[in-house]
Amino acid sequence: MNNDMNLPSFPKEKFQFAHKDDRIHDLRFETKPIGYFKDAWLRFRKNKSAVVAAVLILLLLLFAIIVPFVSNYDVTFRDGYYRTVLPKNPAFEFLGIWNGVNTHRESQAGYDYFRSIGIESKREVVKGVSDKRVDANGITYYTLKVDSYAKVGYVYVNLTPAEFRQMQDYQDETGIQVIYPLQESFRTNYVMGNMGANLWYKLQDPRSTSDGRALLDEDGNYIPNYMTTDNKEQAGYTSLRLENDNGGEDGNTWFVYGQRNQSGFKVRVDYYEYFKYQRGHEPTFLFGTNAYGQDIFTCLAAGARLSFLLAITVSFINFVLGAIYGAIAGYYGGRTDMTMERIADILASVPFIVAATLFQMHLARRIGVLGSLLFAFVLTGWVGMSSRVRMQFYRFKRQEYVLAARTLGANDRRIIMKHIFPNAIGTIITGSVLAIPGVIFTESMLSYLNIINLETSALTSIGTMLAAGQGYLSTFPHIITFPALFISILMISFNLFGNGLRDAFNPSLRGADE
Amino acid sequence: MGKYIVKRILLMFLTLFIIMTICFILIKLLPLPAIREMGRDVNLILAKREQMGYNKPLLVQYYLFLKNLITNWDWGVGEQMYETLSVWNVLITKLPYTVMVNLYSILLAIPLGLIFGIYAALKKNRWQDHVVSTLVVLFISVPSYVYAFIVQYLFCYKLGWFPLTVESQEVAAFFSLRMIRSMMPAILALGFGVTAGLTRYTRAELSEVLTSEFMLLARTKGLTKAQATSRHALRNAMVVILPMIIGEFIGILGGSLIIEKIFAIPGVGSLYITAINVRDYNFFMALTVFYTFIGLASSIMIDISYGLIDPRIRMGSRK
Repeated sequence: MNNDMNLPSFPKEKFQFAHKDDRIHDLRFETKPIGYFKDAWLRFRKNKSAVVAAVLILLLLLFAIIVPFVSNYDVTFRDGYYRTVLPKNPAFEFLGIWNGVNTHRESQAGYDYFRSIGIESKREVVKGVSDKRVDANGITYYTLKVDSYAKVGYVYVNLTPAEFRQMQDYQDETGIQVIYPLQESFRTNYVMGNMGANLWYKLQDPRSTSDGRALLDEDGNYIPNYMTTDNKEQAGYTSLRLENDNGGEDGNTWFVYGQRNQSGFKVRVDYYEYFKYQRGHEPTFLFGTNAYGQDIFTCLAAGARLSFLLAITVSFINFVLGAIYGAIAGYYGGRTDMTMERIADILASVPFIVAATLFQMHLARRIGVLGSLLFAFVLTGWVGMSSRVRMQFYRFKRQEYVLAARTLGANDRRIIMKHIFPNAIGTIITGSVLAIPGVIFTESMLSYLNIINLETSALTSIGTMLAAGQGYLSTFPHIITFPALFISILMISFNLFGNGLRDAFNPSLRGADE
Repeated sequence: MGKYIVKRILLMFLTLFIIMTICFILIKLLPLPAIREMGRDVNLILAKREQMGYNKPLLVQYYLFLKNLITNWDWGVGEQMYETLSVWNVLITKLPYTVMVNLYSILLAIPLGLIFGIYAALKKNRWQDHVVSTLVVLFISVPSYVYAFIVQYLFCYKLGWFPLTVESQEVAAFFSLRMIRSMMPAILALGFGVTAGLTRYTRAELSEVLTSEFMLLARTKGLTKAQATSRHALRNAMVVILPMIIGEFIGILGGSLIIEKIFAIPGVGSLYITAINVRDYNFFMALTVFYTFIGLASSIMIDISYGLIDPRIRMGSRK
């Protein structure tokens, strides 16, 4: 700068003395101060995909927390009859989707069988015949849309006299037919489902070699094959009767509704109504059931809860361990750092799968499967975090403000906690969040491979559910679809969310990939 | 450079030795698997265990293990599976399956990943880039087994293009079309993730290089955009991309446990899972060392290749 500028000359009167009576100070900021987190939040908010991902994660988390409480089922629920039923949501049924219907290819006998259940129970089983063809041998094949719930039909149950009475009372009270007549025994080998409980009609060929086709009367109706008796109150049954059970032509032929056996009565019940009678709600499985008859919706929530819990715990422990270890190594440097780095290197080189297996073999019996899995995750997991923290410490510890703090007499602890650590907090939080999907994925992989076995009567995990569905991939893909979909959405959301956090906390790293 | 490589390799073997020691002790502390008595002479097995030194002190056992390993390259024999067969020989017969599947998937992924990455970098911040980047996030996040299920359901069941499981070596040779066809589902399932990873990496590196000043200089010299990109930007981006690819190549020996299980590939991963399910500790020990070695070797290869590819990066100097 030169001083020879042509400055305009100011007259003396224009100058004033500065105030000496007032204290001179900066004006207070009118606006609110923007701290580190506020700043990060402002940036995060602008990243739409990260916000959407955060909302999704929140929803999945809520799903995992709330569903086990409000669901009609729990993980221990297993239904032997409603196995591998398809997803069904009554709200969508009228649209023809999500209605628990799947496609079957059946012979004439199968077609007769499914149609008969619908006729007896008055709940349509065959929702449509999309294709009917006769093959070269003259055998007719149908491609049917079958309601996987209604097709269960009837089952035999053994009731004590008290239970039988109670069920009759229920029938009288509600007017719903639960108990259906027993049938004459067949001498046929043709028995489809539920030990023949669904065969209420006469077959064309009553011999044991029957091919299962139904005998129809001239109107094309099934001919009932119910057991009959002349005692109207046979087995003490006084409740509702079928419409066509009116005493027959002689007024003395009644259907048999119960058969006495050792424990009480053998009764044939409509399983749908029986289910309602027992559990008080309709059998509806939003995501269907798996091969054990477990409700996938509830199991998924329970598995997700386990995954979240494990992942968050692991991430938190790694955060604490890694931060402490990295801070010490990074701050003191020199020989301390060298030694600590070597130890961390060695731990990081242990393949995770080996660590998980070893912990499983050694500790699972003593501290439980989950505990040993937690140990395996922690053993190697904190190393990444500690190296991140260490790097941040290397960056900041030589800065002038740290020197100033030291000159003012701050001890190591204070410098670490107050002056350097806050600078690393963004990196640490990002690292912790980005570690969560990894843990969830690894847990699901290990339980899928059955290296860890998380399945007990009241516990399940996403990996276990995937493994249970693998064998049914071709026939019942819904068993595997929902857990797979869930974990995919979770992974995508966590990655987007983590990237958003990183961009928000460290704008300079924007777009860089780790 | 040479000194650095030697130092790294020595350090690697030290780490390997420490991990091996710890794992050996932990494995030997496990109770021996119960003897399946059906059709076996229990006393004979007990005598065999005695003869193998299973009742000796741990350190003596480790000494024997190391002695056999160093003098004969003997990893012991199978006890619960592949009985009396040499562990190393079994491992060697399994390795080709793992390597082939992973090799094919990488060979598929490298060109695709590079092409998508370069394309996205060239079209940075335009819609093509956004599409590629979004897809990359999707494909990188979704776990590989989900692809495996999709591929299996779609291509194996619905369309019937590929067989469900991998052919065995007796039926088809490794490089025959039939073998490749049967491996295709696994290759595809693995390929998605690798392609996405490589795309992301390439895009990030290249787009950074494209903004550097020597690119401007190259254009001012009169090079066309294509010339400048291929001769200057790509080469510089490769300095970072190539080590990653090299690392992948070493990593393929390890394979993917879950993909091997889903597609019933009789590879190293399946061997590992069977070994721990039947508690065959000799196999477990050998595979532990194998996996550790691969992890260490791939990280060393990445570090060394940085120096080899780009002499400007001086290896071994303190930061």
